[in-house]
Amino acid sequence: MAEPIIMPKLGFDMAEGTLIRWTVEIGQAIKKGDVIAEIETDKATIEIESTVEGTVLQLLAQPGEVVAVGSPIGYVGAPDEAVAGVGAPAPQAAPAPQQEAAPAAAPARPAVPVEAAPQPSAEAGGDGFIKASPIARRLADERGIDLRRVKGTGPGGRITKKDIENFPVEEAPAAPVAPAAAPAAPVPPPIPPEAPRPTMPTFTEVPSGPDVEIIPLSRIRARIGQRLVESKQFVPHFYVTNEIDVARALELRAQLNESISDPAGKITVNDLIVKAVALTLREFPNLNSHYYGDKLVRHKRINIGIAVALPEGGLVNVTSYDADKTSLGTMAANHRDMITRAREGKVRPHEIEGSTFSVSNLGPFDVEHFIAIINPPEAAILAVGSARRVPVVLEDGTLGVGMRMKATLSVDHRVSDGVEAAQFMQKLKELLENPMRLLI
Amino acid sequence: MADRPITYREALSAALREEMQRDERVFIMGEEVGVWGGTYAVTRGFLDEFGAKRVRDTPISEMVIVGAAVGAAMAGLRPVAELMTINFAFVAMDAIVNHMAKVRYMFNGQFTVPMVVRTTTGGGKQLGATHSHAPEVVFAHFPGYYVAVPGTAYDAKGMLKAAIRDDNPVLFVEHSTMLQRRSPVPDDPDFVLPIGKSDIKRQGRDVTIVTYQKGLEYSLIAAEELAKEGIEAEIIDLRWLRPLDLEPVFESFKKTNRCVVVEESLPMFNVGAEVAAQIQQECFDWMDAPVKRVAAMDIPLPYAREIEQMALPSPEKIIRAVKEVV
Repeated sequence: MAEPIIMPKLGFDMAEGTLIRWTVEIGQAIKKGDVIAEIETDKATIEIESTVEGTVLQLLAQPGEVVAVGSPIGYVGAPDEAVAGVGAPAPQAAPAPQQEAAPAAAPARPAVPVEAAPQPSAEAGGDGFIKASPIARRLADERGIDLRRVKGTGPGGRITKKDIENFPVEEAPAAPVAPAAAPAAPVPPPIPPEAPRPTMPTFTEVPSGPDVEIIPLSRIRARIGQRLVESKQFVPHFYVTNEIDVARALELRAQLNESISDPAGKITVNDLIVKAVALTLREFPNLNSHYYGDKLVRHKRINIGIAVALPEGGLVNVTSYDADKTSLGTMAANHRDMITRAREGKVRPHEIEGSTFSVSNLGPFDVEHFIAIINPPEAAILAVGSARRVPVVLEDGTLGVGMRMKATLSVDHRVSDGVEAAQFMQKLKELLENPMRLLI
Repeated sequence: MADRPITYREALSAALREEMQRDERVFIMGEEVGVWGGTYAVTRGFLDEFGAKRVRDTPISEMVIVGAAVGAAMAGLRPVAELMTINFAFVAMDAIVNHMAKVRYMFNGQFTVPMVVRTTTGGGKQLGATHSHAPEVVFAHFPGYYVAVPGTAYDAKGMLKAAIRDDNPVLFVEHSTMLQRRSPVPDDPDFVLPIGKSDIKRQGRDVTIVTYQKGLEYSLIAAEELAKEGIEAEIIDLRWLRPLDLEPVFESFKKTNRCVVVEESLPMFNVGAEVAAQIQQECFDWMDAPVKRVAAMDIPLPYAREIEQMALPSPEKIIRAVKEVV
């Protein structure tokens, strides 16, 4: 029986996603877990995996199309269903006129007991809404009947209890062809891509004319803007900066990398920092908590979010799970793989969520130091500058040359206070200055 | 239990007589209740039987009638005050809403107010806009007393006796066009119906009709017509607007999934509004259609017979409403 491929919800506040491209074709056999499409969300471009096994029967969404979360973007079923379902109308057939047709137009296709064509999903809010009475919904749910396949006979096409009771359950296996055939029209209701995009207030009139170029904000930019404005508005940040002697850490890294022949396995400064942060957090569980208004959620796992700059602009936070328990070698390989894929827009949903604390590292860009904005509901973020050769006062009081790196911890004052933040930085400094402990 | 069919009027008389015989503290007061025997002849013969002390004609002042009854009840008597029609109860609103309803509460239970205000409701008799109200819901808005709306002779007797015996104040609303309706009623002097219990007057599976009094009468007629078309309506007679007993309504609704509320009230802020709100609250997952309401039109009731009838609920309107939801 044909199963819909649903636009997944990849984050608590995701309402819709843009189909970037399909990585499968109609008629192709797929397994659970196969990557079937790339979706752009507000946060990142993500590969989505099939949750079902079968043959791709129908690809409803077109590249570039914005689809509400929960709406079907394609169908997967048995190969013979594919023949029946896909054979008839070509996917692009007659897009425009269908759009205008009211739900009542359905009877024109008597063989299709579906009202679904213009109304693909009961779950989706707004345009995808199927009219059904509460008890019809409940009964359909209990009996496993897909409301999209039921023809409503109530006022205005509402699906009533009677329609569910009269729905032939035995015919269910044959019926699913219908949704595949019907949605030949551009099924997902046209959601204007601009509509839900948050707009930020501007302070002066927008200039125009030949001297300027107007660039609409990308979804990711808009989203970052919105989240970070919220963070800066609502999270009382305070900052603690430390200078860390990283000479020995860099030495250790050089030694380690000498022994690693595979360039893909080489350890970066960032890996060392993530590892050190994770180990430090073990002693500062309060900074590994999330703030929820009247309570803190203290995380038992230490998952470090690593900010990755995207080539087309914007950022994505990839997650280094259990960074305190993962060996540097494994971690280095993981990070490299994830970061590379993030830049190519090919991260998996679970790789960009679940972080409990974040690190933002501008070290490679000759930055003395900077401060980062907290990624709510996290309690803190560490901003890491470049390791630089600087004049230092040596222990004997003379001047010398040292290798120093400045790092700034931004902390949510609702969660923690200056002393704890300072102690955290002290501990981090201690670890990085005695880096052998990162290998234990 | 020799239940014999008597009229709604006879049922009210019997209830009053039995309770006056049973309890010496029960007495009647109102306009024309004594010498004339009551505008609707409910208390005919009572003056001779119980004497002028217990059957008291009053001046034409509803405020005085209810106010005096409140005082008598506070002093230990059990008055049954009669207001000729509910249209005149507006004049006694303060005595009803602020005194009868609040004395026990305001004096922290030092006084109880065991009294009944009997009155008649309903339009359709060409009495003009000011004398044709069915405003029970207005009075049911306030906490502090019960509101009875019996729709059969059986209920009229059992409920009036319950009202007189209860220590709380009761507004007992009789329907002026139903006094001649007959139904079997027990002779048993201790036949008393519970306060605040609605009653299923007809079993059915397709739609739940919630109603009372005139709406009940019309709904029963409509149900017979609908049955000819295979639509079986379950009719629930509320009997009391306070306490409002909707449990049987919810139970019925969970079976039928559809509901029509029928009443003679005006359409805004009425029983239908309350029942619909409570159904969607309690039975949301059982709803198969919106709750439909049949009530009077939102206008002053016209005098001309044809348009007066057009403005009121009718069996035809009920049938139409039921067909919209089933």
